[in-house]
Amino acid sequence: MTAAPALRRRRREAAPFLLPLLALAVGGAFAASLLIGPAAIGLREVLDALWAGEVETTALIVREVRLPRALLGLLIGATLGLSGAALQGFLRNPLAEPGLIGVSASASFGAVLTFYTGLAGLFALALPLGGMAGACVGVVIVQALAGRDGNPLTLILAGIAVTSFAAALAALVLNLAPNPFAALEIMFWLMGSLADRSFEHVWLSAPFMVAGWLLLITLGRPLDALTLGEDAARTLGFNLRGLRSRLVLGTALCVGAATSVAGAIGFVGLVVPHLLRPLVGHRPSALLPASALGGAALVLLADVAVRLLSPGRELKLGVLTALVGAPFFLLLVVRLRRELS
Amino acid sequence: MLSAQAVSVFFGDVPILAELDLEIAAGEVVGLIGPNGAGKTTLLRAMAGLLPLQYGEMRLEGRPLHRMDRRSLARVLAYLPQGGDSHWALTVETLVMLGRLPHRSPWAAPSKADEAAVAQALAVCDVARFGDRPVTQLSGGERTRVLMARALAGEPKVLLADEPVAGLDPGHQLDVMAKLRELAASGAGIVVVMHDLTLAARFCDRLALLFGKQIAAEGCPTKVLSADMLARCYGVRAYHGSVEGGAIVVPLERTDAGADHASA
Repeated sequence: MTAAPALRRRRREAAPFLLPLLALAVGGAFAASLLIGPAAIGLREVLDALWAGEVETTALIVREVRLPRALLGLLIGATLGLSGAALQGFLRNPLAEPGLIGVSASASFGAVLTFYTGLAGLFALALPLGGMAGACVGVVIVQALAGRDGNPLTLILAGIAVTSFAAALAALVLNLAPNPFAALEIMFWLMGSLADRSFEHVWLSAPFMVAGWLLLITLGRPLDALTLGEDAARTLGFNLRGLRSRLVLGTALCVGAATSVAGAIGFVGLVVPHLLRPLVGHRPSALLPASALGGAALVLLADVAVRLLSPGRELKLGVLTALVGAPFFLLLVVRLRRELS
Repeated sequence: MLSAQAVSVFFGDVPILAELDLEIAAGEVVGLIGPNGAGKTTLLRAMAGLLPLQYGEMRLEGRPLHRMDRRSLARVLAYLPQGGDSHWALTVETLVMLGRLPHRSPWAAPSKADEAAVAQALAVCDVARFGDRPVTQLSGGERTRVLMARALAGEPKVLLADEPVAGLDPGHQLDVMAKLRELAASGAGIVVVMHDLTLAARFCDRLALLFGKQIAAEGCPTKVLSADMLARCYGVRAYHGSVEGGAIVVPLERTDAGADHASA
């Protein structure tokens, strides 16, 4: 028994070149996001606009409209994919998704509140700032409710409690909305979209998302160890309390920021890790980077699709991901059931 | 090497272990036996530093366990939980490699030493031939051996194994016990929870019989497994014999309403 065959075998369990292929897909989707839109702008003009510093209308569209939108798609997609993979690994449950710990719902409520109070109309960044404030309050409550022992079950329960309360408060605000148009505006925002976002949104949210990623990407080994259960993970040298705190803080930072600028985009954080898991040999640590890239590619492509499917009155991105995601998830469930029987 | 000193553990207000003392020396296999609910798993978890102690102290080579850093403790001590399982469909090799985590530097790929330790653990537990299969496709007994290989891959100085031979066929039971003996011969201290009295008598240097929140009897297997002790703690009458120089203990019948004994 030598080490050489062992090495060869381990390489085979993961799909070869998965990360480079995913990165290529992200690059392609990013380019498509710059190229496709209501205004017909060719590749040449896009490149000119990006590098030559043109000031014509087409250049402005590419630089001020499409580029921030594509960047946000990339950042938010990676956020949803990464946090979904981390949460599924921690809870050891393929049904976990980034919204589970209450951050998305509380960010949504914070944003909705800025609509209601009229702050959103005063200055452009009031909305995302409100969302972030909501996310902060939400995560503090979840941490306090979940206790200090690093238990996954109390985290789920605290997340459900905060999610339902934030949703109830958001419904209350809708209920009290001064007029139907205000209510409609809130409803539309809640559906999740990347349309009409500017570089201000990118600069505001990107630092938080990147900080969240840095926290989550370091969780690979403890998540791997958790495969063997909590006692085994602790005797392998991992502190579960610290693990859960880092997970909650990292998810809150990136998902809170993502929801604050784009609303709730569902199913990406659930479906992407689920799809990629077999391709990385089911290892939670290997799933983190793969799922981040996969999420980015999926959100970018979905955002291109809404522009193509319904130019003019654009379909909301969150509506599309839910429309495609839900049946897709059903398919996964059916396939899983067949494998089990 | 590893010692429990006047250890008391409560779950809520209920005492599970009361002022219990136990000492594990390097190079010996100690069998931890006792009826269901006697607190064997609780004692083993306390020895692994997984439980807060209400009173008393666990010491590893003289140092209090609760003051040791988790990671450096993990390099020395391995704990094999009872009925453990893999939550994801990892391949056998990847799972066994998890046992090397305390030894690996952050972000580094497995070293030559890691590969060698995993290969050896796979071979010892007779699971090398399905190294590239997902653990979830194996039978219960095969999975038990894979998890044992995971614990051995860390090359621990102290191994705490909770029923490692439960659910194994006789051949593999002998394999695992022989491996534990071999590990002890190389200087490790081993505590193994088991129910098979004959296997315990044959492979353990010492037995510790847990009963009534304390170690009721401790010492050489024949002394601990005396007819008197078996009647008192298990409520059974047993056949005592010997073959090829090893003791045989086969429980024959209940001596009385033994159901009360576990909670006594």
